[in-house]
Parts: sequence; C-alpha cells; structure tokens
Amino acid sequence: MTPENNLTGQDTGRRHIEHFVADLDETPLQATDKVKEENAPSSLWGEAWKNLRKQPLFIISVIMILVVVVVSLFPGLFSPIDPSSEACQLANSNGGSVAGHPLGFNKQGCDVYARVIFGTRSSVTVGLFTTVGVVVFGGIVGSLAGYYGGWLDALLARLTDIFFALPLILGAIVMMQLPVFRANRTVWTLVLILVIFGWPQIARITRGAVIEVRNADFVVAARSLGVSRFRSLLRHVLPNSLAPIIVVATISLGTFIVAESTLSFLGIGLPASVMSWGNDIQAAQASLRSNPLPLLYPAIALSLTVLSFIMLGDALRDALDPKARKR
Amino acid sequence: MRFSRTSKALGVAAILALAMSGCSGGSGNSSSSSTGNSNKVIIADGSEPQRPIMPADINEVGGGKIGTLIFAGLVSYDANGKSVNELADSIQAPDAQHFTIKIKKDQKFTNGEAITAKTFVDSWNFGAAAKNAQLSATFFESIKGYDEASATGSTVTTMSGLKVVDDTTFTVELKQPESDWPLRLGYTAFMPVPSAALADPKTYGEKPVGNGPYKMAENGWQHNVQISLVPNPDYNGPRKAKNGGITFKIYQNDDAAYQDLLSNNLDVLQTIPTSAVANFKSDLGDRSIEKPYAGNQTIAIPEYLPAWSGEAGKLRRQAISMAINRDEITKVIFSGGRQPAKDFTSPVLDGYSDNVPGSDNLKFDAAKAKELWAKADAIQKWDPNTTFTIAYNADKGGHKAWVDAVTNQLKNNLGIKAEGLSFPTFKEARDLATSGKLTGAIRAGWQADYPSLYNFLGPIYKTGAGSNDARYDNPAFNKAISDGLSASSVADGNKAMNKAQEILLQDLPAIPLWYQVAQGGWSTNVSNVDYGWDGVPLYYDITGK
Amino acid sequence: MATYILKRFLQLLPVFIGATFLVYFLVFSLPGDPIAALFGDKPVNAAVAAKLRSQYHLDQPFIVQYLLYLKSIFTFDLGQDFSGRSIAAVLGEVFPVTARLAVMALIFEGVFGIAFGLVAGLRKGKFFDGTVLIASLIVIGIPIFVLGFLLQFFIGVQLGWAKPTVSSAASVQDLILPAIVLGLASFAYVLRLTRTSVIENMNADYVRTATAKGLSRFRVVNVHILRNSLIPVITFLGADLGTLMGGAIVTEGIFNVPGVGNRLYRAVLSGEGPTVVSIVTVLVLIYCVSNLIVDLLYAWLDPRIRYDS
Repeated sequence: MTPENNLTGQDTGRRHIEHFVADLDETPLQATDKVKEENAPSSLWGEAWKNLRKQPLFIISVIMILVVVVVSLFPGLFSPIDPSSEACQLANSNGGSVAGHPLGFNKQGCDVYARVIFGTRSSVTVGLFTTVGVVVFGGIVGSLAGYYGGWLDALLARLTDIFFALPLILGAIVMMQLPVFRANRTVWTLVLILVIFGWPQIARITRGAVIEVRNADFVVAARSLGVSRFRSLLRHVLPNSLAPIIVVATISLGTFIVAESTLSFLGIGLPASVMSWGNDIQAAQASLRSNPLPLLYPAIALSLTVLSFIMLGDALRDALDPKARKR
Repeated sequence: MRFSRTSKALGVAAILALAMSGCSGGSGNSSSSSTGNSNKVIIADGSEPQRPIMPADINEVGGGKIGTLIFAGLVSYDANGKSVNELADSIQAPDAQHFTIKIKKDQKFTNGEAITAKTFVDSWNFGAAAKNAQLSATFFESIKGYDEASATGSTVTTMSGLKVVDDTTFTVELKQPESDWPLRLGYTAFMPVPSAALADPKTYGEKPVGNGPYKMAENGWQHNVQISLVPNPDYNGPRKAKNGGITFKIYQNDDAAYQDLLSNNLDVLQTIPTSAVANFKSDLGDRSIEKPYAGNQTIAIPEYLPAWSGEAGKLRRQAISMAINRDEITKVIFSGGRQPAKDFTSPVLDGYSDNVPGSDNLKFDAAKAKELWAKADAIQKWDPNTTFTIAYNADKGGHKAWVDAVTNQLKNNLGIKAEGLSFPTFKEARDLATSGKLTGAIRAGWQADYPSLYNFLGPIYKTGAGSNDARYDNPAFNKAISDGLSASSVADGNKAMNKAQEILLQDLPAIPLWYQVAQGGWSTNVSNVDYGWDGVPLYYDITGK
Repeated sequence: MATYILKRFLQLLPVFIGATFLVYFLVFSLPGDPIAALFGDKPVNAAVAAKLRSQYHLDQPFIVQYLLYLKSIFTFDLGQDFSGRSIAAVLGEVFPVTARLAVMALIFEGVFGIAFGLVAGLRKGKFFDGTVLIASLIVIGIPIFVLGFLLQFFIGVQLGWAKPTVSSAASVQDLILPAIVLGLASFAYVLRLTRTSVIENMNADYVRTATAKGLSRFRVVNVHILRNSLIPVITFLGADLGTLMGGAIVTEGIFNVPGVGNRLYRAVLSGEGPTVVSIVTVLVLIYCVSNLIVDLLYAWLDPRIRYDS
C-alpha cells in the first residue's frame, strides 16, 4: 500500500460511515471516485509540502535558517566592524562589553560580536555542505547496499567498513599536504575532507533503514503491482527510510562545525585569517576559566543554527510520514 | 648495603648485585639531613621516553628526566647552572684542546660494576659510532676521530682522541680548542654505562642500570603509564636523594596533570598549562614558582627568501623586531610567564649581559619600525598582497596564542598582512626548515643542553650549523665565535661571545622574542621544591611534609 | 543463517587487505621525515638517520615496506615501534583499556539515550520533550574538549567526587567520568533517533491493533513500540562502537587514559607506519564484527528481514 492509497482509504472509510444509514443501493460511488481523482495527482512530496506550509515548527525554522543565511552572505550588514581589516588590539584583551562592542573582547583583544557574525559564513558552509555531501554520497551507497543486498551489499558495506576505520586525523593530515591544498586551504578543502571521512556513518544508517523498510507490505505490494525495483526504491523505500537519516544529518551538521574546530586545534583546519565559530571556540578554551564569554557566544550561535535545522528536520519528517500526519 | 663501601673484590660485587636487586623496591634510605619527610615517594609528571634509555640515545625531555636522575657523569649542574664535579676529580687542559680527566676512585654502577676511565671511553665511543645509531651522537663531534667513527656506514668504533691512561685517568684530544667543552660534560650523552649496555643496548634500555642518585625500581617502567625510581643508597655525590623515590606519571597533556595537581593526585607539575596560567597563582598560592631558565623563543626569517635578503631584508627584520611589543605580549598572553628578550641567549647563564650594543633593536618602537620598513621599501618594494607568515607546529607547545598576538601587532604597527601558518606536526615544520623550503618565518627557540652562551649561538647561527634555519652566513660572526672558543678562560670566552652577539643584533637572522620562565606548582604533600637552571625541578631535593 | 555468517567472515580477508593497504599508503604519504623528527631541534646526524631508516625499512619503496609488513603479520611479529618496543605488546596494553571505556560509554549513551528518547517521543511536544531537546543542543553545540574539561574541573577537582584523571590501572571506577563524557557526544544521536522512531511507530497499525486488543500500555510501549523503534538506534550504536574505540583521542587526552586513541594519535604524528596500521587493522576487525552483530540483530528485531535469500 502506498502512502497515498492509505490516506484516501481512510477518507473513503469515513464517508462510508456517513452513508451507512442511507439506502445501500443509493451509495454514491461516483462521488467517492471523483474525490479520489482530484487527490491522485498530488505526489508524496506535494502532499508533504502542503502539510509543511501550515506547520509553525516549519515556519519558525525556515525564518531562523534564512537569518543565518543572510548573516553569512552579508555579515557587513550586521556588524560595522570587519575583523579581517581591523586587527585586534592586545590592550583590549578580555575586555567586557563597551559601546560599539556589545559582547566584549577575547584574549587577543578582538571584538567577539564581530567575529561571531563574520565567522558565520565559514562555519555554516562547512556544516551545511559537508552534511549535504555526506547525505548524498553516504545515502546512495547505503541505500543501494541495503536495498539490493547480496554481493552489492557485501562490496559496498565492506568498503564502508574500510573507510570507517581510516583515522580522520591521518587522512586529513595527508590530504592537507597535497600540493593542491597546501598553498590555499579553504573552507571547501575542509568540506571535501570531512565528506570523504564522514560518509560511512550515514551510509550505515541508511543501509539499516532501507533494510528495515524493503520488506514492508507496501513495498512488496508495489513490486507485485509491477513497479520496477529501482523505481520502488526511489518512490517507496527511500521516502519511508528518511526519518533516521534526517535525524543523523541534522545533528551531524553541528558536529561538522565542531569538527572544524578540532581540526584547527590539530593544525590542519582553516588558516588563522579565516574566521569561524570553531576557531573561536578553540581559542577561547585556553582562557575558559578566566573569561568564558568568548566561548559561550559562538557556541550559542552554533547551537541555534543546529536547533533550526533540527526543527526543520522534525517538520519535514512529520510531513513525510503518512502515519503521523493526521490529528 | 653498607658492604658496598668496603668491598672491592668482584665476587663480592656480584653477590651485592643480587642482594640489591632483591631489595630495590624496598624502603628508601633514611639520610635525614634536611627537614621534611624523606620517605615520601614524590609523584611528578613525565612523558613517555621516545627511545629506550641509553645516555647517548636520549634527546628529548621524557628520557632526559630519567637519564639525569639515574646517571651521574663527570660533572653535574647545580641549581644555578654552575658545573660541579660528580665523578670527576679534575678536568684539565692548558690549551683548551688536550684534556686530562681524572675520575674518583671506587665508583660503581648499581649492579656493582666498577666505573673506571675505560668505562667512560667505551661509553663515549659507543655513543659516537655510526654503527650504534645513537640520536645524540653529534655531542661527541668535537673529539678527534669523531668524523671517522660517525661516517655513514663506518665500521670504526673508536675515536682516536680518547685514550685510557690508567684506571682513573684518560685523555681527550679535541679537533680544535674549545674552552667551554668541559661545561658540556654534564649532558646525558656523556654519562657512563655498564658493559652490559654496550653488549645488548635494547634489553638494557628497558631496565637501565646507572650510577646516579636514583635507580629504576623493579619493573619500574610501565610504558605510557608511569616510571618509578627509587633512591640509590650507594650514591654519594652532590645530588643525594632526600625523598623515598620519584614516580613519573606519564601525561598526554599538561591540562590533565594540572587538574591532578589541584586534587593532590600529583605532587609536582613542571609546567603550568596555558589554560591555567592566569589562575595558577590564585589556585596554588605559595605552592607555585616562577623562575627563569635557560631557554628562549625566537622567530627565524630565512635569508634565502628574496624579500628578506641583502640590505632591504636586514632593515625589514629590524622593522619587524621593533614592531613587536614584547612587554605587552608577555604580560597579556603569558600573564608574565616570559621575560622580554634583550639578547640571543638567556639571563641565567654565566656571562649574560642585558645591554649588548644593538639590543635597542629588540625594543618596541612602532614609529621607528614604520620608518625602517619604508626605508627597506625604497630599496626593494614589498608587495602589499603578500602575507608575512610565521610557521609553527600545533602538536605541542601552545604556540598559536602568541603567534596570533605577534601577527596582530605586525598588522597594526606595520600595516602589512600577517598570519600564523600552522603545521600539524613538528616534523613537517622541521622538514621545511632543514630542506630550505620555508616560505616565511618559522618559530624557533632554543633550550640549552648545557649552561653556556656558545650553546645558544654556535649551533644555530654559525655557517652550515645543523640548526641554522635562517641559513645565516656571516664570516665575521663565525670568526668572533671561534675567537670565543679558543679563549683561554671561560670569562674571556664569554666576552668574545657577546662581541659575536653584536653582529647578530644588527643582522637579526632570528628575532629574539622572550626568555622562558618556568611556571610550576606542587601539592600540599611536599615541600622544598626548587627549579634548576634548565627549568626542570630539582627532584632529588623534594621532601614530603 | 550459518552460511551467511560464514560468508561474512570470509569477507574479512579482502577488508583486511584493503584497509591495511590504504592505511599504510596514507602513513607513507605523511609529510615530514619521521626519522629526522626523532632528532627534534637538534641537527640530523646523517649516519644515524641512515642506520635507523634501514632498521625500520623506511629506505625501501612503498610496496616493499607494505609487503614486509604483511609478512610480519603472518609471522605474528608486528615489529617494533620507534621506542624499540614490540607493537604486539603495545596493542595488548592499549586495547583492553579502551575497550572498557568504549563499552561503558556505549552502555551510558544506549541506556540513557533510549530511555529519554522513548519518553520524549511518547510525550512529543510536551515539557519533557523540550527539555531534552535543549540538553541535546548543549551537547551538540559545545565541543567535547570544553565539556570534558568543565566536567573534570567541577566534578573531579571542585567537588572531588571522582579523580580528575584515571589511575595507572584504568579501572572501571576510574573510567566512569571519561565514559560519560565520551558517551555524551553520541547521546544526542541516540536520543533523537529513538524519539523519532518512537513517534513514527506510535501510529503504526500494529500498535493500534495491540492497543485495541486491550494490551496494557506498558506492554504496548515496551514490546511493540520500543522493539520496532530500535533498528536505527542499533545501527547507530553498532557504528558508534567503532568510533568510540578509535576516535576517543580528545577524551583520552583530557582524562589521561592510556588507550588506543592516544597511542594512535601519537603514532600518526610521529609517522610510525607499522603501529598505525596494526591499530587500525584491529579496529577494522572490530567494525566488521560489530556490523555483523548489528545485521543479525535486525533479523531478530524484525522477523521480516531475511538474509539467506
């Protein structure tokens, strides 16, 4: 049973009860059919979208994400100080909040507010694009392995195991010294490295979810109705396996932003001139006990970003899940 | 154990060895000459030695800590860096080149083996020979015959400059006069080892047997966890143990060690971690110490880079040096845990002067710095799009904070682009320096091997010297250094060394930043903690409460 | 089922070859000369370096080094690390410690993550759900090196409830705090996976059937909802065991645990090929076995899942 059928089936059921008291022979079957015709063209995604638009959770999360995106595209709009051109003064070290510098200064005497604002772009880029890359690549490998099983599963799942075992630092150090990256380390270098060493986790989650769904009644039904294997994977299996993938992806978004700071800590992250929340959290850790605020603000920014994506993920999952949609 | 002083026969010594190995883990000796509990076992922080313990193979702090405590050489250094005789009776050379060394009689390793002139000659020959691949072999380079023994693939196992005269006398001939050579003899590479070590260094390195104030406890080396030392009751030199032993707990980072110190799980912490530098005095009160030691921090700027060569390069280096506000950085970033540098050496050394002519080049003067930079620009234009980088390694040392502070000051005071260039490992950064492929400055710095001005100058700035990252090449400087080495007295030598520094202060192949200051602390369980000239606690003097 | 398990064990061989080759190649490509690094700041003594290089086969081309390593594995002698110790002995020291730590962390995140996730899912949108969301945001937003440091400082030093670092024995008691810190990172995943899965299953037909049959709420929740919600959680936990075994570098550093992460990290930094490869090889074997167990659990949790076809 496909999700659409399930939905309309319930509708029919209700109408049926309404008409139960009426004369059986006069059951207006045609009217029921009419409703069905109108509903049919709307796809799974179309249904989800209709549903999403009305959800407050979705609306709030989209607004938050929009804010984050605007800040990362145009940080100058939010902070009059551009930390990349105005160097920090040690004289301001660990200074508190003063006019024009609402969040005070860090140990190097840099304006914390300006750095949080200007750090948004690289942090969000790392978090968002790594997540997208990992979900696309890991998702493809995992779903093929889980759905087809057999030798393809053996091949892909074992490949996942091998990559899973490669220590991130080892891979990152080796990749960072490649001539291509050595001269100019950018956010994209980092994204690439994190994707290469981060996809196995999503691949395993996807594989597990797909294995769980592939034997469900509605998939078997769809297959017996003549839907091709691949089409049934795309139309029926994947949409119903999305929930755990969404959960892991939204949380990973945050962990990737933090991973950037760990890599910076190990000397293989972004160059010092590139501002990022991770870099700032890392640097502020050394004076955590004497001045915790420079650590707190970027951590809050990071948490809010993750929160907005977790909410979006929740809303999306609710919208896609036919069973949870009612009420 | 009191037999050891009377017995001379080898047979007795063998019995003794058995007897001692039987009681090695037992009670520490009770020479209660100072106040405090002398039976307390001190727990101190350490790191896993990089190589098996073998004097000439030690070249890092983890092994160094153990080596200096379980071995005694001809001389040792006291708290002030003055060299005092341990096994040596006398070390003499009228010409600073032909040394006659007499050692004390009746010295023994803890396994009972006698220490004679031959022991030293054999140990040093072993350390120098290429065949044995000892990391600190280079320390013997001044001795005649070193080149033959240390050549790649050489089968020569002895140095012609070493000769045994009798049981307590041997002579050393150097390649050229070196007045400060005797000062080096307290470095671990020059320690004697028993004959078993030479026969099977690998087995020996796991359970080293020495002659120092301590010996390794039975199964004392628990790899990556701890190393336990117990007092050597037969040791009668100047560094007699005043506690019941030392257990070096191995830490992966100082932060963890500091937390242990705060909760009295650790008795002595050599280095306060960066994260606690601002708090440790209030945390520990009078259980903390700040004491300068023989080490410094510099940034080397290679002369082979076009923008940094010739007259323009020299002016630029002076400009960089004057654009750095050393007082502010040492105060803010290190909370006073460093002292602004006034020369290329260290204030704890004999012969140090804080006003060597030219030391004004190390004083902060933003206006003058800008002026010098403009002057250099007139000779050779600086491309405003290039970024001045300072390479550093991120794996240890906590260099990021000060590198960021220095580059920020350069941005503010010179108006150029500047940033730190981090490398994940020390070896990667070193590789660039030794292969001459640096693209900017690199953090350098020196930690003395032995207390001598020369040790801060010769190995780093002499033409072709092994640690000459800047590829500095100035014949006048080389000459001044040789003059200092061949001086008849250490005092005259020091004067000549400071003359050589005048040249460096103009050329600035490296820019001295600050002198190292040991910042350490101890628990409520111990007292009498003091630090040596090298920034290492004098572990043998520590007592329990 | 037995043939399936046998097949999976046969697959270990190519995985082993592939992983060791790849890791050895990565170590080989590490920048910097590991032998030169042994000299530290001091000048490199060419003769000594040459001697050491040949001792560790570092003067050989990559493929020869790799084959020599394979040979050493099949003769059960993994060679020596740079401090001259047998690598087999090193593995024997570090793996038991980290295994204890990883299993404890796994139990922590599994028990609390599933319990909290279950309650949050059953009370979706209620106060508890919101509180748990904020708690997991804190865990995600503040990196482990900060959280670990704070917990160590307040619980270990200020309150004195636990030792700030582990003792030389690295006993279970010593490892409680490190295990909690290590588990916190994955706790958020387990919690949200369980919660989502529970929400999804609450509306499933069989749950409605079970409720309609008159089964107690307790039984419905525990047998029907929870059991069917566990597949993604089990997948995650299975994969996480591997991460916890090999990737605990930061946590092991904070609490001074002499384990795998710390040794691996040092071996990578110093470029000790055989040590890195040996550790990673054991890790790969652990992943493969944990993966197999997870796959078998799928079939147990959901009888529709079959592998023999």
